[in-house]
Amino acid sequence: MGELREGGALYLRIIAARIRAQLQYRASFALETVGMFFVTFLDFVVILVIFANVPALAGWSRAEVALLYAISALCFAFTDLVVGQLDWLSEWVRNGTFDGMLVRPRGTLFQVISSDFQIRRVGKIVQGLLVLVYALVVLDIQWTPARALMLAAAIPVGTVIFISIWVLTISIVFWTVDGREAANAFTYGGSFLAQFPINLYDRWLRRFLGYIVPIAFVAYFPSLYILDKPDPLGLPSILQFAAPVVAVVTAIAAGLVWRVAVRHYQSAGG
Amino acid sequence: MTVPLIEVDGLRKDFAVTRKTGVLRRARAVVHAVDGLTFSVERGEIVGYIGPNGAGKSTTVKMLTGILVPTAGRISVGGLVPTERRTELARRIGVLFGQRVQLWWDLPLIESFELLRHMYRVGADRYRENLATFRELLELDPFLGTPVRQLSLGQRVRGELTAAMLHDPEILFLDEPTIGLDIVAKQRVREFLLRANREHGVTVLLTTHDLADIERLARRILIIDHGRLIYDGELEALKRRFGPRRVLVVDLVEPAPPLRVDGGEVVRTDGPRQWIAFDGDRITAAALIAAVTAVAAVRDLTLEEPEIESVVREIYAGRARPEAGPIRGS
Repeated sequence: MGELREGGALYLRIIAARIRAQLQYRASFALETVGMFFVTFLDFVVILVIFANVPALAGWSRAEVALLYAISALCFAFTDLVVGQLDWLSEWVRNGTFDGMLVRPRGTLFQVISSDFQIRRVGKIVQGLLVLVYALVVLDIQWTPARALMLAAAIPVGTVIFISIWVLTISIVFWTVDGREAANAFTYGGSFLAQFPINLYDRWLRRFLGYIVPIAFVAYFPSLYILDKPDPLGLPSILQFAAPVVAVVTAIAAGLVWRVAVRHYQSAGG
Repeated sequence: MTVPLIEVDGLRKDFAVTRKTGVLRRARAVVHAVDGLTFSVERGEIVGYIGPNGAGKSTTVKMLTGILVPTAGRISVGGLVPTERRTELARRIGVLFGQRVQLWWDLPLIESFELLRHMYRVGADRYRENLATFRELLELDPFLGTPVRQLSLGQRVRGELTAAMLHDPEILFLDEPTIGLDIVAKQRVREFLLRANREHGVTVLLTTHDLADIERLARRILIIDHGRLIYDGELEALKRRFGPRRVLVVDLVEPAPPLRVDGGEVVRTDGPRQWIAFDGDRITAAALIAAVTAVAAVRDLTLEEPEIESVVREIYAGRARPEAGPIRGS
């Protein structure tokens, strides 16, 4: 427990230093945050456009979809804020930056996660919050303590699910760059590297796992419960409470896969 | 007898390399980056680890520091198996990878040190003391508040060296520590390392292309080629063994056929200039000069000493049977 608290304190210390550094450039920080807000807002505009033409989508009204969207968008925004730098991992594995993390006395995942913190990503959170407020104002929800709790828990639980899945899928870079990182493979040139469809693969997998499978647990089931809506798919209602279990299972799986993946690390050069 | 600080026994590392051999065809080959290394390093030694590019130097260092998992063989560093006890080992070693940045890119140097102090759990007093020492020895004060990305290479290396030593490591692993530095900066880094070794007993293993680093720092060297150890011993012994030949360069008053002198052999001529090689153990330079001036009119003389570069070159060239195992110097 003390170990955990000490790690948490170190995380906050590193992040605070990063934020201080970013705030040195106030104007660019402000512009980027606003930009981030609008870019994500376009996602929601698409939903609004659809509903300008149809009154309901598969039995969901505009406001109901807004609730679903807001929960999922908030979870993803927090995920991106905390672990967005995982996008850099394949680069770090390729250029050897990851070496430096292995010679420090902390967990590698901890170091990857604490290596960056882009406050401009707060713009996405603001956008998600605004959509959530809109949904809650328009919808006529019969609030009970259980429903309020469901909404409050949905965000952190969904964030854990997203983070776990991201860690799980990104671990693949420890295998796919395997051939490349071997001693003299650099000489075979960029064309060879380009034939590895890592990004495609990655994104496809991430979409499938990240959006299709767990989105049900991140936003769909919690929304059904909060709205007291019968499940159009007729799935057992116990699934509406399964999200925390899914979160724990995916988190454990992510931790295990990461551990195995790091042992596969080949490091750059010879 | 004490247990060596670093023990390596039959160490091997294979990499699978995928090579394109046709439009769709790929051949998988196994490269033995490190191929059966055995050596040990005692506490307090400074060991130079050298070899040509791709010889397996970095791979070895990465296995010793717990970055790479060996394919076969045994490693013990400070009594620990590196990849099994990675974080524990990390507290006891300091690592510097020449060109690669270990510090936080956008933070002022002093903030990086602060964070490392917490990361390594260095006590406040110890930290203050160490930092004060490094500030003085490496003259860090002018750029302590500058973000790392704005530092010059020399400043950055000094910063990285401090970062690698704040937690009082027992062993320093340095991969090309002086690469790209100017003479003054190199000098400063070398002096710093010597002092850390002398005053704190820090054991140092350094890989380098700069043989001047070796000459200044290391008594003992390991030479590796194609993943195998081809020399393990003292630098001086190596010089004696492979570089006994010294060369006297004479500028004659006018061009002449190769001179014939006892104990010397003309290895090259260029107009009036002749290069005479001789074995320093058999004839002194003074005797040779006397012999030369007796047979020809000499305008000028210079004496070339065997340099580690040429010694190492000779070893690479003369390594007919690497299977024979390393040459051991006394």
